[in-house]
Amino acid sequence: MRRRVVITGLGVVAPNGVGVNAFTNALRNGVSGITHFEELDRLNFSCQIGGMPTLTEEHKAAYFSPLQRRGYKSTGILYGGIAGMEAWEDADLPRYEDVNFNVGVIFGAGILGSEVYRTAIHKVDEGQARRLGSTVVPQIMTSGISALLAGNIGAGNVVTTNSSACSTGTEAILMAYDRISAGKAECILAGSTSEGGPYVWGGFDAMRVMSYKHNHEPTKASRPMSASASGFVPGCGAGALVLESLERAQQRGATIYAEVAGGHINSGGQRNGGTMTAPNAVAIRKCISEALINSHVTGEEIDYINGHLTATIKDPNEIESWSAVLGRDRNSFPFINSLKAMNGHCLAASGSIESVSAILQMNQNFVFAALNSEDLHPEIEQLVSRERIPLKTQAAELKIVAKASFGFGDVNSCIIFKQFAE
Amino acid sequence: MKTKQEFITDLQQVVAPYADEGVDVEQITEATNFTEDLGVDSASLVDIVLDVEEKYQIEIDNESMERMFTVGAAIEIIEEKLAAT
Repeated sequence: MRRRVVITGLGVVAPNGVGVNAFTNALRNGVSGITHFEELDRLNFSCQIGGMPTLTEEHKAAYFSPLQRRGYKSTGILYGGIAGMEAWEDADLPRYEDVNFNVGVIFGAGILGSEVYRTAIHKVDEGQARRLGSTVVPQIMTSGISALLAGNIGAGNVVTTNSSACSTGTEAILMAYDRISAGKAECILAGSTSEGGPYVWGGFDAMRVMSYKHNHEPTKASRPMSASASGFVPGCGAGALVLESLERAQQRGATIYAEVAGGHINSGGQRNGGTMTAPNAVAIRKCISEALINSHVTGEEIDYINGHLTATIKDPNEIESWSAVLGRDRNSFPFINSLKAMNGHCLAASGSIESVSAILQMNQNFVFAALNSEDLHPEIEQLVSRERIPLKTQAAELKIVAKASFGFGDVNSCIIFKQFAE
Repeated sequence: MKTKQEFITDLQQVVAPYADEGVDVEQITEATNFTEDLGVDSASLVDIVLDVEEKYQIEIDNESMERMFTVGAAIEIIEEKLAAT
């Protein structure tokens, strides 16, 4: 018998807002977090813009002890640590005095500690390994972020960092849901983090998958669903959610943001047109349809889609897949947007940050503007009418929403959230 | 400047590691389309461009790379860049 799972806490560190309040305001007001980086210009990057959260000393001091602040310099650790602890405190949960075997952490990352690793590599090459200090390993081991959060809260159930490229964040939430639903945990802090900057973004620049045509107008550069989309804009940050069994949430009188109705994770196997970087459409459709089945929800019932929609030539294909699976008429298509227009593609953090945005919209009855989609791609226009892709923030009653992420490696995840009702 | 045929032979060699198994690189002509005929995906195309830049000591800018769909287009671009150096 699968148990019901709800969301009782949210945390976020995004390029357009650090903390849930700032983030929500940014969503409502269509604020872009994308700026130009002089450093990327100097380093001869084609794409010289990106989305990077602005962290202040106050942000760090709120969630990291002085000793932690002394040692932890990795932005992936900082973003994830702040978002994770914001979510934990938002859920009104304590740092346990004794280990709590019912509480776990599943917090993903694609790469971690890149800045720290660079410094460490130079020191090692100079024969100075013994002077690395004690905080190098905890920052460059990919599980460093889940370990940090678990140590903060006293988690004694699963403590792990999953990794599935752009699908990481959504996958983490689904893994947490599965575990609680199966009765193997009561509460899990789930999410993901991603670093940015030249070393992380350089490889993508080299692949020519990022937009280089808008270096002079950063806020217009990320154009999901538009006819002039020319590649994605990189971002970074972290998103966090507290998932809890409905029983436990109700027992302690927790505020419930939403319920996880279900979801699905699969892969295209890099077959049938799928490659390391391009998805197998058959698998994408199967991922969405299985997510609906597992959630006991029909295509008719989806009110809103938070798309993967990275602003590459694949956006129309993604819309085709949604359309084919949901079977919805263009005039009554679910509302759809992509947070990537405002924040860029936050890589491993995209699924979690975007899931937080989906829940906030559902919880507060609005759909944020689909920035930079004024020139809607004609193939998309055929399947979805303009009104369903709002250019301005719009009030809307959303009962059931879908979030999907499709990652490098041809890996997919799709999660369905719904308004909580007894 | 090399002849078209010489460029074609060069490119047959450059492309060989990236083409689908079963593709006979000796059959490659100017009309050959990298993606449709050789099964080269967009990621591998980036690596082919790097190999070409290395081989001829030229730099292929993004705009040029965007029109490099066929072997013929690649040769035109190479000739253009070589003439400029």
